[in-house]
Amino acid sequence: MSATTAAAPAEPATARVRVSLWQRVRGTVLASIVPLLLLAFWHYAVKAGMTRLIPSPADVAEYMVDFAWGGIWDDAFSRTLHIHLLASMSRVYGGFALAAIIAVPLGILIGRNDTIRALLDPFLQLMRPIPVTAWLPLSMILFGLGPRSAFFLVFLGAFYPILLNTVFGVRSVEKRLFEAASMLGCSPSAQFTKVVLPAALPSIFTGLRLGLGLAWFVIVVGEMTGVPQGLGAVIMDGRTLSRTELVICGMIVIGIAGFLSDRVVVIVMNRLLRWSPSHHG
Amino acid sequence: MAELPILDLRGVGKIYELNGQKIEALRDASLVVTKGEFVCLIGASGCGKSTLLRIVAGFEPPSSGQALMWDKPVGGPAPDRGMVFQDYGLFPWLTVRQNIGFGPSSRGLPRAEVRDTVERFVSMVGLSRFADAYPHQLSGGMKQRVAIARVLANDAEVVLMDEPFGALDAMTRERLQDELLDIWQRTKLTVLFVTHSIEEAIFLADRVVVMEPGPGRIASEHMITLPRPRDVASPEFNEVRRDLSARLHSHHARKAA
Repeated sequence: MSATTAAAPAEPATARVRVSLWQRVRGTVLASIVPLLLLAFWHYAVKAGMTRLIPSPADVAEYMVDFAWGGIWDDAFSRTLHIHLLASMSRVYGGFALAAIIAVPLGILIGRNDTIRALLDPFLQLMRPIPVTAWLPLSMILFGLGPRSAFFLVFLGAFYPILLNTVFGVRSVEKRLFEAASMLGCSPSAQFTKVVLPAALPSIFTGLRLGLGLAWFVIVVGEMTGVPQGLGAVIMDGRTLSRTELVICGMIVIGIAGFLSDRVVVIVMNRLLRWSPSHHG
Repeated sequence: MAELPILDLRGVGKIYELNGQKIEALRDASLVVTKGEFVCLIGASGCGKSTLLRIVAGFEPPSSGQALMWDKPVGGPAPDRGMVFQDYGLFPWLTVRQNIGFGPSSRGLPRAEVRDTVERFVSMVGLSRFADAYPHQLSGGMKQRVAIARVLANDAEVVLMDEPFGALDAMTRERLQDELLDIWQRTKLTVLFVTHSIEEAIFLADRVVVMEPGPGRIASEHMITLPRPRDVASPEFNEVRRDLSARLHSHHARKAA
């Protein structure tokens, strides 16, 4: 037997194609156009006096340097970026990790077991539409003013996307794969690790990715609960003190941190899901 | 003394319940298959040929009658009856090598033995160059080669094939038919092969079982005595084809009347 003449051999690509300089920088150039235009608009709008409440990009940049390294203004916020970033990161990743530790196994249980699904699914569906922000007052009563409340809100924000995507992934495993596994001698109990988990992994990762994104999303709300440190707290302080440049610095740092942590998830995901046509690459 | 048949179906029937409605997919099907035989099941859709195959595989219990293998009732699915699906049923997260090794390692064979078996069957189906590729990187014909190798690597005695080449282009289908016959002749496997192509059935089978719908049942059986390798363009082949085709159509005509 020979496969040398097989139809359309979709051989894993190994040939390296020479790419021109333009092809290499094309993505970066295209991606920069909109932000640069916005930055230019912001700069000229402030310069033209369209608003007096918003600082210019240069002011924000200068403030960012002071926020990160100090030496310019030397006020209460100089050289405090790392403290706030670390505080926020510990809540984001802590809340996210707790949500993942609970939601993934729970989602698998709900997906696999009809009784547990009948028991929990209606309740969870009822709780799900309640926005995280609506939980703020209650969480302050339950967990007090401070980091525990922020932690809880982040947890809540990340919990549902992870749970729902895990349930979906576990429930949508192709029936054919169970048939294939059982005719090959894989016992029903072994099918859980050999079929259900790998088949559900893409959905679980989608849930983790959405969950982590939401964790960064709700951190500002979570840190409105009277914590002294954290990027959300910085933004709230900036608002109270009418320090708009501080508010914008906080926003930029959250944006970058959220973006970078998403990239990490995507890299891990693409490595683990190399087999999936929609993830490799 | 008559040889003990490897498969013995005795009056097998299957009734599905769908939205409270009973649907009779198969009625009173009896079929005896001896070891090493290549049997094709042919018929229009709804004639119960896939149902019959799924009952032998153990995916569905019969509603009536008995399906025996080596004189013992078929329980659930097991490695001695390997199935090749039309849609391949490969594990997308495993490479070609790992897919073929799935059965042997599931059955707890020692790692070295699994590795040797896998290598043997990877090269048997000519996929050595693609051993580390994932299913989505393969063509349909290659995927079906993996599916066949996976069943063979697992020591299946009976290979059940449910329109395995139905989704492939004509050229690939012909090549895989040749390859399948080659493997069958070398290994003396027993093959139960579902198809809706008369030509495919005559080209492959020792015996063609014609089934008809409404409810699904076995209508007739035909020994194909043409010498192998068979030439689909020969007058003898054409004669058998014309004969079988006439019988298939007479079943349908009777049903329509």
